[in-house]
Amino acid sequence: MPREEPAFKIKNANLPVLVLHLKTPDMARVRAQLETRIKQMPDFFAHTPVALGLAELAGLASSDAPLDLAGLLDFMRGQRMQAVGVIGGSAAQREAAALAGLGIIPETPARPAAVAEAAPEPVVEAPPAPPAQDLGPAQPDLPGLEVEAAPAPLAPPEARPTLVIDKPVRTGQRIYAEGANLVVLAIVNAGAELIADGDIHIYAPLRGRALAGARGNTAARIYAQSMEAELVAIAGYFQVFDEGIPEAVRGKFSQIYLDCDKVVVKAMANKR
Amino acid sequence: MPKVIVVTSGKGGVGKTTTSASFATGLALRGNKTVVIDFDVGLRNLDLIMGCERRVVYDIINVINGEVALKQALIKDKHCDNLYVLPASQTRDKDALNLDGVGRILDELKESFDCIVCDSPAGIEHGAFSAMYYADEALVVTNPEVSSVRDSDRILGILAAKSKRAVEGLEPVREHLLVTRYDPKRVAAGEMLSVDDIQEILRIPLIGVIPESESVLQASNSGTPAIHLDKSDVAEAYRDVVARFMGDEVPMRFTTYEKVGLLKRLFGGR
Ligand SMILES: Nc1ncnc2c1ncn2[C@@H]1O[C@H](COP(=O)(O)OP(=O)(O)O)[C@@H](O)[C@H]1O
Ligand SMILES: [Mg+2]
Repeated sequence: MPREEPAFKIKNANLPVLVLHLKTPDMARVRAQLETRIKQMPDFFAHTPVALGLAELAGLASSDAPLDLAGLLDFMRGQRMQAVGVIGGSAAQREAAALAGLGIIPETPARPAAVAEAAPEPVVEAPPAPPAQDLGPAQPDLPGLEVEAAPAPLAPPEARPTLVIDKPVRTGQRIYAEGANLVVLAIVNAGAELIADGDIHIYAPLRGRALAGARGNTAARIYAQSMEAELVAIAGYFQVFDEGIPEAVRGKFSQIYLDCDKVVVKAMANKR
Repeated sequence: MPKVIVVTSGKGGVGKTTTSASFATGLALRGNKTVVIDFDVGLRNLDLIMGCERRVVYDIINVINGEVALKQALIKDKHCDNLYVLPASQTRDKDALNLDGVGRILDELKESFDCIVCDSPAGIEHGAFSAMYYADEALVVTNPEVSSVRDSDRILGILAAKSKRAVEGLEPVREHLLVTRYDPKRVAAGEMLSVDDIQEILRIPLIGVIPESESVLQASNSGTPAIHLDKSDVAEAYRDVVARFMGDEVPMRFTTYEKVGLLKRLFGGR
């Protein structure tokens, strides 16, 4: 009798997951700050698996008070964030998580997790989402809004070749260099968004948003030939320029990197 | 090779329909057999501006739904022999302008026309997307203000990523920037963006600048495309646009305020 073809196989995978470390059991506050954050980078979390880090809650006095996880999950779903499980937390909290349908992810301290932390002081309001003037009401299923790197299914993330874009990136377009660096040779207009898991180089004016190290690589950098950005981010730490771009870097060839938890924007010296 | 040209902008009220009427007329005047299609289902302005609203019996959606033959819905223009109008429906559901149906109509029109001009509605959905999907060339109509430039930028992104030519990896849609309702005096006063400012952002070739003029309103009230107006800057500017589209080298006009001042000084006019 011929053996039946296996219908599945189970393998251990080391997948990239964002961890949302909760610092307070007050879910209303978490939601409010999260909402501000999401407004600043709509789509950034879309369909992204997110684990809830409960470790910091377990130490708090109130660690046995019930967590309103269901409320948070509802909110996250509304924002198209996909909570997949919890890490850490007290026994009661983990039980509540399991009841809410979340997985219990074992803690593996060795593995560096991506950080998506609320800004130290809630510095800024969300930059106004690009106004959809006269573009009609709801815009489901917008044609033309995403240009994504072709997935390279088998290569490990680090091995992906640099994504090179040689045409203008325009309002409403988003380029994502998954597991790769991104090089853009043409203008990036206001309302356009560049995302890379590695570095981002723009050899033209950067007027839109650029998010490097999107999966938590704090060493990622952004280089822009003319710094005119609406927003820049490294590893989830970001900086908006609602009051204009500082004179020292405006229109200059600049690099952007993370120094501890601070996003630094610095003009490149002209010296060789 | 017949050409499909979309007149598009994202933003409403910038002059797409005005441009579609004059551009299509100009193409016809230069000997191209031309049809201009109104994709603005629900608003249906083009037939008014072309002055054929009383002759509308059938519309594009009747044709898509197979209720009448294409020939029955085409209206011959009253000014030019080479020009036909395919009107939009006033009442029907916007979703009826599906891509397949529009594709079939365009294929049929290509058998007998040289130029097919598609007047897009505002926005980026439904009718607007159907109007641009099959385009070979695009006139991106932009007013000298930030919100209009931003919407044009968005449209250019969609043309580059989601048009048929983009999806099928063919030669990209040829993009032309048409700046309309341009008032050099207000630009000089810093109240509006200049042509250079707009080009600096959009970075596509400029095909023309149409000045702001009250004569446009008179033209549309009388159902005559502005290009027919006598001694009018707007008519001249649209003729230039058509000439450039046909490959003629024509210097840009109507872009600077100084010129007007100089003429005034020379002739002492007011
Ligand atoms: N060059 C111009 N100068 C003055 N008014 C104009 C000009 N072009 C268009 N208009 C006016 O602007 C309004 C909108 O024009 P229309 O062509 O209907 O725009 P759209 O089709 O983009 O919505 C109309 O009232 C029209 O008369
Ligand atoms: Mg119109």
